[in-house]
Amino acid sequence: MNCRTQSFEVSLEIRQLEEAVLAVFHSALLHRITGKFHYKREGTYSVGTVGVQDVDCDTMDLTYVRVHSEPLDRALRRAAAEFREAMRGAAAAGGGGQISLEFYQRKRSRWLFSDECIPWEVWTLHVRLLHLASEPDRQVCHERVGETLAEVIRSIAVVINRHEYMPKMPTESELPAVFQTGFPDVQPYLHRVAFTVPDGPAGSVGTAVRRLIKDTLAL
Amino acid sequence: MWCRQQCQAPCLAVGAWKRLAIASQVDCLQTTHMTMDGTREISLQDKKDLEKFLKFFAFKTVQVIVQGRLGEKISTCSTAASSGSDWFNLAIKDIPEVSQEAKKVLSTRIPAVGFPMCVEISLKTCEGDSMGLEVWSLEVHEKCDWDVKVSHTVYNRLSLLLKSLLSVTRVTPAYKLSRKQGPDFVILYRVYLGEVQMACLGEGFQSMRVGAVGTPMGTVILGCAYRTNLAFMSSRKGTEEDVEVSVEDLCTTSFSTSPASQVIPPSPEHGTNTRGWALSDLDAEQTSMDLTDTSREGLRIIGISNPNLPEVLANRKSGAFVSRPGTQTLPSLDPPFSSFLTNLPEQDDGDNMMNPPDSPDMESGSPRTPEDPYSTTSDDLQDDFIIVDMKPAFSKDDFLPMDLGTFYRGFQNPPQLTCFTTGSISQSMAAEFELLPEKLAAYEASMEEFDAFVETLQ
Repeated sequence: MNCRTQSFEVSLEIRQLEEAVLAVFHSALLHRITGKFHYKREGTYSVGTVGVQDVDCDTMDLTYVRVHSEPLDRALRRAAAEFREAMRGAAAAGGGGQISLEFYQRKRSRWLFSDECIPWEVWTLHVRLLHLASEPDRQVCHERVGETLAEVIRSIAVVINRHEYMPKMPTESELPAVFQTGFPDVQPYLHRVAFTVPDGPAGSVGTAVRRLIKDTLAL
Repeated sequence: MWCRQQCQAPCLAVGAWKRLAIASQVDCLQTTHMTMDGTREISLQDKKDLEKFLKFFAFKTVQVIVQGRLGEKISTCSTAASSGSDWFNLAIKDIPEVSQEAKKVLSTRIPAVGFPMCVEISLKTCEGDSMGLEVWSLEVHEKCDWDVKVSHTVYNRLSLLLKSLLSVTRVTPAYKLSRKQGPDFVILYRVYLGEVQMACLGEGFQSMRVGAVGTPMGTVILGCAYRTNLAFMSSRKGTEEDVEVSVEDLCTTSFSTSPASQVIPPSPEHGTNTRGWALSDLDAEQTSMDLTDTSREGLRIIGISNPNLPEVLANRKSGAFVSRPGTQTLPSLDPPFSSFLTNLPEQDDGDNMMNPPDSPDMESGSPRTPEDPYSTTSDDLQDDFIIVDMKPAFSKDDFLPMDLGTFYRGFQNPPQLTCFTTGSISQSMAAEFELLPEKLAAYEASMEEFDAFVETLQ
């Protein structure tokens, strides 16, 4: 199975970085989340309800919809904040970076090997940092970044509705191999966030530092 | 929502089978079957289920679109257990007025091939001008997907499509407008079944496809066409015959928290057949409906065909310093400050100051004579202008005896500072150089104080 990848690019200021990441990743996660499964007798199960919430961005002219789950939002904010801090070092260099939201499946391996994580969908946001000195430029950037991310959200909807490969609904025993069961109110597909930033002071994209942030397991 | 339905799908993971959810209690083992003539046919149960899915999907679509144009942020809670109204496992509240309107349109038929359901969003100003902003369409195309399982796959994909609709309704131009609606303009919506009407969007409108779901009865496609040219074009309603879609046929949703004076009660005398709600499918009895103002806190649906709407909007309270249209006067044709000219002594040769004088002969170079209307002296200047006491607001004579004009003139020509006079500049420079060593010595002695001061600033 080939992993499906989607990439988007946006140029913005460092102060807009966190909200941009949240807008894109929440929009993707909205489509990759279900209500909690409650298995009954005879293999039947009921599905909970997913609530939604509008979020107004402060640093750009954009409103996006996210799943109404505070633990999920906190986990994504942590990842976005770490990415922002890592990019601060690269800000002076005028470089860029990328952050990815990866959905994967766990495949049990035989013998004593650890489970294999097989990605099936990756959403990547490439960012290029801008340094704006004047307030009029910031106002233009405020609107332009909002329009860019609005187009990204429309693209996400188009890709999602192609109805390409998705993991099959699992049995109760195989649920943790497909879904993240740690959230109390919602059940997203297994996912993790990873980002890559260039070397900061050197000013060149040399050796990339890859950091894997396991999705929140500490709730 | 869930129910019992056993569905064995060989495409699932090894050893896994699942039972899925609809309201039906009947087991469905096969979605389609072959007829005698070789064509494929959907089973009766699946057909019923699919029609129910489409119907409630249409209801939820209308709710999502209209709620996305309320002008306020939406928030619903995630729950571990779903209720009977949580169709597609999404918490989308049902606004009763919107549900009522949608049910009226869909009471006789659901969206089908050739009969799309449309939700039109438009803007109406307080002056009565209107402009179409968006047309959302839920269409069913003929292309069928026979291999898809209705009870699970179609249901889940419709849920995905609804989530996409939630996302996309926030990133169209009309969303930003809807967040700004208030006393100046409101956002209206109209639901109808039939051909998609995009004429209200003007030229250069853009279309986008939110998504599609294949079913055994056709492909459900959700799309949107939105206006790009938001420059307002007056579309004042002339006669009913001139306008294909009357503004009065629109349900308005005024979503501001305006005071009670701006609440517009619906007129009890509503047009019936002028609504244009649906096509000829609807009977005349269905169109003659009683539009009552089912007001809720923060949400008002204004009855259509309200002849008092422009008048009420015009009689609303206006803000400070706003002149009503009726009080506006045409610009005066008199020369400016003409009232000052009434106190001037009459001249024997007529009032030359009132009449436009002839152009002076500048090229002759001759000095102006007192008889020349343009000849002025300082004394004449004083006589030509009348000093008006301009006392500043809230000032008291005993505290500030001078008027504003005197105060201002006193600062217009301030005396020049002595340090800037020509003679003093050179003297001050020489003195500065002589004093420089002493100053440097004093600064060096106070260096520690300066450093401490700088540290307090950091």
